[in-house]
Amino acid sequence: MNRFKDSEHLLRVVGVFLVGVTLFLCLRAWFVPKSFGEFGHYRGDSLAEIAALPIIHAGHETCETCHTDVLEVKKAGKHANVNCEACHGPQAKHADDPGSVKPLLPDTSVLCARCHEASSAKPKWFPAVITAEHSMGMPCNTCHTSHSPKIQGDKK
Amino acid sequence: MHLNFIYPNESELQWSILIVLYPFLTGLVAGAFILASLERVFQVAAVKPTYRLALLTALAFLLVAPLPLQLHLGHPERSLEMYLTPHRSSAMAMFGFVYLWYLMVVLLLEIWLDYRRDIVLLSRSSTGFLRVIYKIMTLGSDNISERSLHLDERVGWIITVIGIPSAFLLHGYVGFIFGSIKANPWWNSPLMPVVFIFSAMVSGIAAVMLLYMLLTKLRGFKIDIACVDTIAKYLFYIFIIDFSLEMLDLIHRIYEADESFRSLDFMVHTSLWIPHVIIQILLGTLVPIGILGATQVLPLAEHMRKKLYVIAGSLTMIGIFAMRWNVVIGGQLFSKSLLGYTTYTLHLGSREGLGTAIFLTILPLGILYVLVKLLPPWQHESLSLN
Ligand code: HEC
Ligand code: HEC
Ligand code: HEC
Ligand code: HEC
Repeated sequence: MNRFKDSEHLLRVVGVFLVGVTLFLCLRAWFVPKSFGEFGHYRGDSLAEIAALPIIHAGHETCETCHTDVLEVKKAGKHANVNCEACHGPQAKHADDPGSVKPLLPDTSVLCARCHEASSAKPKWFPAVITAEHSMGMPCNTCHTSHSPKIQGDKK
Repeated sequence: MHLNFIYPNESELQWSILIVLYPFLTGLVAGAFILASLERVFQVAAVKPTYRLALLTALAFLLVAPLPLQLHLGHPERSLEMYLTPHRSSAMAMFGFVYLWYLMVVLLLEIWLDYRRDIVLLSRSSTGFLRVIYKIMTLGSDNISERSLHLDERVGWIITVIGIPSAFLLHGYVGFIFGSIKANPWWNSPLMPVVFIFSAMVSGIAAVMLLYMLLTKLRGFKIDIACVDTIAKYLFYIFIIDFSLEMLDLIHRIYEADESFRSLDFMVHTSLWIPHVIIQILLGTLVPIGILGATQVLPLAEHMRKKLYVIAGSLTMIGIFAMRWNVVIGGQLFSKSLLGYTTYTLHLGSREGLGTAIFLTILPLGILYVLVKLLPPWQHESLSLN
């Protein structure tokens, strides 16, 4: 013991480090999920968990089977390729049971700006406006119809 | 050609002023530590009065260095996952370990070994709560025999020698993070880590010099002019190397003039003109180098030299901060399309705003205050054996 008399404090430091490393390894064993790294740098179980999640989007073909009127209008305008649920949000529940689940209608003053707000990141050909100046605070559907937005009589 | 075409993910800058602050703070850590190591490894007696102060400064800034990153994250608690499940192919993920290594193995250990005698003496002389703190810091050993202190000295030397490459690694990493981003021509350069290390040394040395002068003044003691002269001399030499490296990088870019050059050149002449050319290069580099050079060659009186050191040191800090700013913010102001530019709006009160940045810059000084109270770095007045 005498041999270590003057280096005892250093051994204590080593001790503190060993305790720290052990604690870290214990925490790691405790926190890292069992299936981590099974297939890659993620939790293996997450694949099954995600696959089991309920489907929330119905897809536009489903909507179109019932809302043929909307489809007709939409097909004619520039929103033809914009999906129903891009504007209406996920509506699988409604599509399954339209009688009891009725979607809320989107607020156009928020919705349209999401795609049409002018920004230098947008390609030149994409129709964009500075909404505050363009609509003067009015909801966009005061003038545009949402499903076919071109304004009638507009020569452009 | 359309001008001002940028990609959608570029219209908003993701890396804010906090990410500017982060390399600035780690740079101070690495720089202060390297100054301390100079004294220890090369036995430069003149800078001895700043040895301990430099170590405590490094610690204070190191403790705060990860905070800007944490505040930048939407989910700061998730950053701990980088320790639990590190991805070895990601430099950012490995940084956690570089940080821990540097904090725990290098800095804390070196400070502890250097202060052990004082800690033991303080644990004997203090009372109450402080006594408990000091007792804990002794790790329960109150052996301060000649031989044990001699052992501390030797182990401390080894730690310092390991510490120098570690400090280089710590800050080299920060440069590497930028330098290794192939997609960004403003950052992508193998010189980046080297430039970062040298600018870190410059800022760390300047910071310790200023802190030493300020604290000595505040305590009503006389500034050791030989010490400040030596530090200023180092600052001068290292600044010249740093500046040469940065100019080398610049000349290389101008000569190479690759496809990104026109875009970057335009940026330097417009949005970066003030922060890069005026503040970083002119005010923050050439002027302090000029002043420091003058103090080297002209026979100036002591009080004059002190004043010039304060001016040069302060300008240096501004210059190095501007350098971090120009790297981090500058690298996000132009589009990868090389056809467009964005702007950065600095908010005052937001989570990543100016207020937070100022707070995070002052916080290390607060920590340093506590550290200096707890572990007085002034050796000539240190406690005697009772
Ligand atoms: C099985 C037929 C059916 C399908 C499929 C269907 N809906 Fe409906 N939807 C209806 C009926 C019926 C109503 C009218 C309910 C009412 O007025 O109570 C309705 C109402 C709506 C309304 C609200 C109208 C209003 O005035 O408030 C919206 C919006 C809507 N559907 C969108 C969708 C979208 C989007 C989809 C595709 C995900 C979809 N629907 C699929 C039958 C269907
Ligand atoms: C560009 C966004 C957008 C798209 C795409 C879109 N809608 Fe709408 N839809 C709206 C808005 C906004 C309203 C409510 C306000 C209005 O009528 O202008 C609305 C209203 C409705 C209504 C209520 C009655 C009516 O006709 O006004 C139904 C039903 C509806 N949408 C179904 C659909 C279906 C089905 C599709 C896909 C074929 C679809 N929508 C695509 C934006 C959109
Ligand atoms: C999900 C994104 C999205 C949303 C939300 C959206 N749009 Fe569009 N909008 C488009 C796309 C895509 C086009 C077609 C661009 C093209 O092909 O030229 C378009 C075209 C238009 C046009 C040009 C029509 C023409 O014939 O030139 C107008 C006007 C317009 N949208 C108005 C609106 C209004 C009003 C709303 C809100 C009800 C809205 N948009 C919501 C994506 C969107
Ligand atoms: C007061 C009526 C009015 C309102 C409200 C309005 N618009 Fe328009 N908008 C128009 C008219 C008229 C045009 C056609 C003008 C033209 O072609 O110069 C137009 C054109 C557009 C265009 C096509 C621009 C282009 O360059 O092709 C877009 C996109 C558009 N509006 C989006 C919106 C959005 C989004 C809103 C809601 C924030 C909105 N509008 C509200 C009247 C309106």
